[in-house]
Amino acid sequence: MSARHSRNLTAIATLVGLLVLAGCGGGSSSTPGNGLTATSATSVQNVQPLVVNSGPPGVVYVNGAFTSVTVCVPGSSSCQTIDNVLVDTGSMGLRIVSSALSLALPQQNDGSNSPIVECNQFIDGFTWGPLRMADVKMAGEQAKSVPIQVIGDPAFTTIPNACSSTGPSEDTVQTLGANGILGVGPFRQDCGLACSIGGSVNPGFYYSCPSASSCAQTTVTLAQQAQNPVWMFASDNNGVILELPTVPASGAPSVSGSLVFGIGTQANNGLGSAQVLALDANGNFTTVFNGQPHSGSFIDSGSNGLFFLDSATTGLPTCSGNNQFYCPASTQNLSATNQGTNGVNSTVSFSVANANTLLGNASDFVFSNLAGPNPGSFDWGLPFFLGRNVFTAIESQGTPAGTGPYFAY
Amino acid sequence: MTTGTFRRRTVALPLIALLLLVMALTRPAFATLGENVATVQSDQAHMRANIRMTRTTAYTTHELQSPNGTVVREFVSPAGTVFGVSWQGQSLPDLRQVLGKYFDQYVQGMQKRAGHGPRIIQEQGLVVQVAGHQRSLSGRAYLPEMLPTGVRAEEVR
Repeated sequence: MSARHSRNLTAIATLVGLLVLAGCGGGSSSTPGNGLTATSATSVQNVQPLVVNSGPPGVVYVNGAFTSVTVCVPGSSSCQTIDNVLVDTGSMGLRIVSSALSLALPQQNDGSNSPIVECNQFIDGFTWGPLRMADVKMAGEQAKSVPIQVIGDPAFTTIPNACSSTGPSEDTVQTLGANGILGVGPFRQDCGLACSIGGSVNPGFYYSCPSASSCAQTTVTLAQQAQNPVWMFASDNNGVILELPTVPASGAPSVSGSLVFGIGTQANNGLGSAQVLALDANGNFTTVFNGQPHSGSFIDSGSNGLFFLDSATTGLPTCSGNNQFYCPASTQNLSATNQGTNGVNSTVSFSVANANTLLGNASDFVFSNLAGPNPGSFDWGLPFFLGRNVFTAIESQGTPAGTGPYFAY
Repeated sequence: MTTGTFRRRTVALPLIALLLLVMALTRPAFATLGENVATVQSDQAHMRANIRMTRTTAYTTHELQSPNGTVVREFVSPAGTVFGVSWQGQSLPDLRQVLGKYFDQYVQGMQKRAGHGPRIIQEQGLVVQVAGHQRSLSGRAYLPEMLPTGVRAEEVR
């Protein structure tokens, strides 16, 4: 099964490569920076193929949206296309596992000429590795000189205690479940202002490493941090749309969709009737379920199920032998209301099927009704994206519905 | 946050002198969950945190606010044992310190499920739940067998 998907991805990667080549020659009359780009006859190709399948060879991934990303030595034609990169609206920054990267990208150094290395914290583990510089290309879009993280780089194998004390490492294709992660969430950088301030207020993600085994926490400017590459595109740089089809209730082996760049910048990325949910400073909104509000809720293509509340508040039992998922005796149809910080209310209907039944089918890897507990809030993961066009607008970038950050669907 | 008939909140114990003394006389004991209440002070020193105590009839909550915004709450039984911890912030606290001898169990448990997303580790004697996303990370851990009488697990948050 994974071999077949791998062949599909190779075909997609080839197609993407051709499109990138075509896009590079086309040029663009767009204005960088303000997020609003005039539609013109020379609009760049802004659609990047997505596939939801079992992931890279050797990995069995459920509900993961993968794409290909081309990285180049800045200013050169020395490039490599990385496939099986997980598309994640829950994080910012491009991260590539070193074993999947054969291209030598230049290291980003700090003011004292020491390499900048990052301990990036996801909820389920950390990624450790240096920031290297790359031109990032997807569809016809290009972002120049983007700091990206190379995960598990053999040049920096000594992980500081402050990093390894946060949880498990996700520094290999096997532990990450992907060749990389493309963080296209609602902010420009992975950390933001906090990492640019010295002293104890700094969360300490970034390190200065004069030698591979002596790294010390450091401050970095916003520009030095791992960047959401989309806001650095010359055009279509105010956000993304994930477009994925519905799947049968029993699941599907794989589905294809699109990662569209820009919001309201071209004929193919308008908001239409989508409802806009403005976000708080942390990227969250409130979800109301059975009359109870749950702040700290969010939309995250990088979560592989609908994760919400717990058995006590939902009446949904967890699975025997697998308490990460719900296993109702029969499929339950539910609804909840998402409330943006702008006061917009949007009701969402969703279904929860028996996860043991779904996951027991070894040939399907895409499920719209796979759900599990997440006490206290709603984590609207990949199933939410199936059958919806979901917009993620980046902070400080203008769109026809106002400035990001917001989600819309 | 908690319910109780008796509730007292004191902004107390940012006793810098005591803190310095503790730091000078002892290396922080790297343990919290399942350990004695005294270890809260080592966490406080380790996090350079302000601390706030909230007391109910059934337990005491020590809330440690780190300068970088991360909040750790430690739930202490009347017998003086830390039976639960929770954390929230842009960055994770030093979980090796906060979870103490349960840290390795947490790391192993986290790796049992493929695919990204929140995690629930529910094992004999230990429950850990992590949730959120980059810039907004949260979690909690508790020892089900050490919950004081009448205390619900949901109160550890």
